Amino acid sequence: MIDFGYGLTPSSTLKIEDVRLPAFGELLRREPDAAKCIACGSCAASCSAGVFTEMNLRRVILSLQRGREKETLPLLRHCMLCGKCQLVCPRGVNTRHLILSIGKVYQLEEDKR
Amino acid sequence: MIYQGKQKIWSEYQKEIPTDHWFYVRSCIRQTFFPASEKMFLEILRNRLGKDVYETPSHTTCGGIAYHSEAIPQETVMTIIARQFALMTEAGYENYVCSCITSFGLYTEVMEDWREFPELEAKIRENLWKATKREFKTPKYLAHASDLVYKFRNEIAEQAKFRLVNRETGRPLRVVEHIGCHYAKMFPSKGVGGAEYPYVLAGMVESWGGEVVDYPERRHCCGFGFRQYLVKANRGYSLSNTHKKFESMEPFKPDMIITNCPGCPYFLDRWQYVIAEQTGKTYGENGYGIPVFTYEEVAGLVLGYDPWDLGLQTHQVAVEPLLDKMGVPYKPEDKYKGLNGKRLQRPEFPMNIKCC
Repeated sequence: MIDFGYGLTPSSTLKIEDVRLPAFGELLRREPDAAKCIACGSCAASCSAGVFTEMNLRRVILSLQRGREKETLPLLRHCMLCGKCQLVCPRGVNTRHLILSIGKVYQLEEDKR
Repeated sequence: MIYQGKQKIWSEYQKEIPTDHWFYVRSCIRQTFFPASEKMFLEILRNRLGKDVYETPSHTTCGGIAYHSEAIPQETVMTIIARQFALMTEAGYENYVCSCITSFGLYTEVMEDWREFPELEAKIRENLWKATKREFKTPKYLAHASDLVYKFRNEIAEQAKFRLVNRETGRPLRVVEHIGCHYAKMFPSKGVGGAEYPYVLAGMVESWGGEVVDYPERRHCCGFGFRQYLVKANRGYSLSNTHKKFESMEPFKPDMIITNCPGCPYFLDRWQYVIAEQTGKTYGENGYGIPVFTYEEVAGLVLGYDPWDLGLQTHQVAVEPLLDKMGVPYKPEDKYKGLNGKRLQRPEFPMNIKCC
């Protein structure tokens, strides 16, 4: 094989069968604010943990909607629940409760498997 | 009643294309990549169809690649284009036809800008006068060269020696048609069939006996995308675009690809080699790739021109399997001979994609 100095990038195609819609539905039932997020990124910009780690609430929410929780759920471990994201959120999302709910719902889902 | 309705809607997607007296401008990169295509266009229009097509050696680049790469500002590119229009005006023509899709998109964009902002046109006229002492009229009709071949597709079919049909089985060849993004995606009303139902190449394929393949990524970009290719760090993105198209068309087993843009045939052709060398995968039959052609090359093949006079030896993907299917005669020993009849050096063959 020849190394040209560039190569194929992995496909970003989403497969609907990989998206665990029941889990996201349960999350919405526990914390309806999950549907309010407009992915503006204010939470990520103000995140203390995000300075030192890859913690990014915006990415976590988008990934859950797209069925990519395995890649992003570990990021939540870095959250210190300081609540700065809640202060800056233009949609008034209860981010702390959202983060705790994500942990509960997806951990429960994991336990069922 | 419904049929009439559909006919009426379809009529709105048509484009007015005059039949004669054209001022022709070439493409910078097509002359390098597929050198015989433009020669074949002039040969067909002038000698086969008896049309008046004028070109001048004073013509320069339209500046499109530099413009889309953000290397020159818009006013500079407008002044370059104003100079091309001045050449047309001086030659006494009103119909402007260009070989390049990038140029076609840019000319359309510039003329729309001038229509919307007349003060900008006045400024460009002043720039041109200061720089060259030239004046210009904007073209009455602007067409891409594929529009003209589309218009005369049935006349070409009448003179055809070969058809896009598998000579052994009698089955129409499955043809992927790929239209350059700048043809009708930016200004849908300027292309035959608009952005939703572009018909310029499909019409040629159907007239010449082939069958158009409809596949999911049919309208996806070829992967050129200017900066995606020109900046090496982005080049993987360009390659991935092309890969996506080939993965999508593969299940339909196309026999060939026809294109009307300078970049598309180049990238669809060359990236097949790169994909094969990086992943070992080929998309044609028996380890070959899918041959990619410009519409002039396909018209030339249909009319019975020698494949090596059409410049098909400059393609990366071997064209011989398709020539065999169509029954086009060719001499393998002449493939790498120069115009003087002397043998040129044969290029090194790739490892993973079969070539002849």
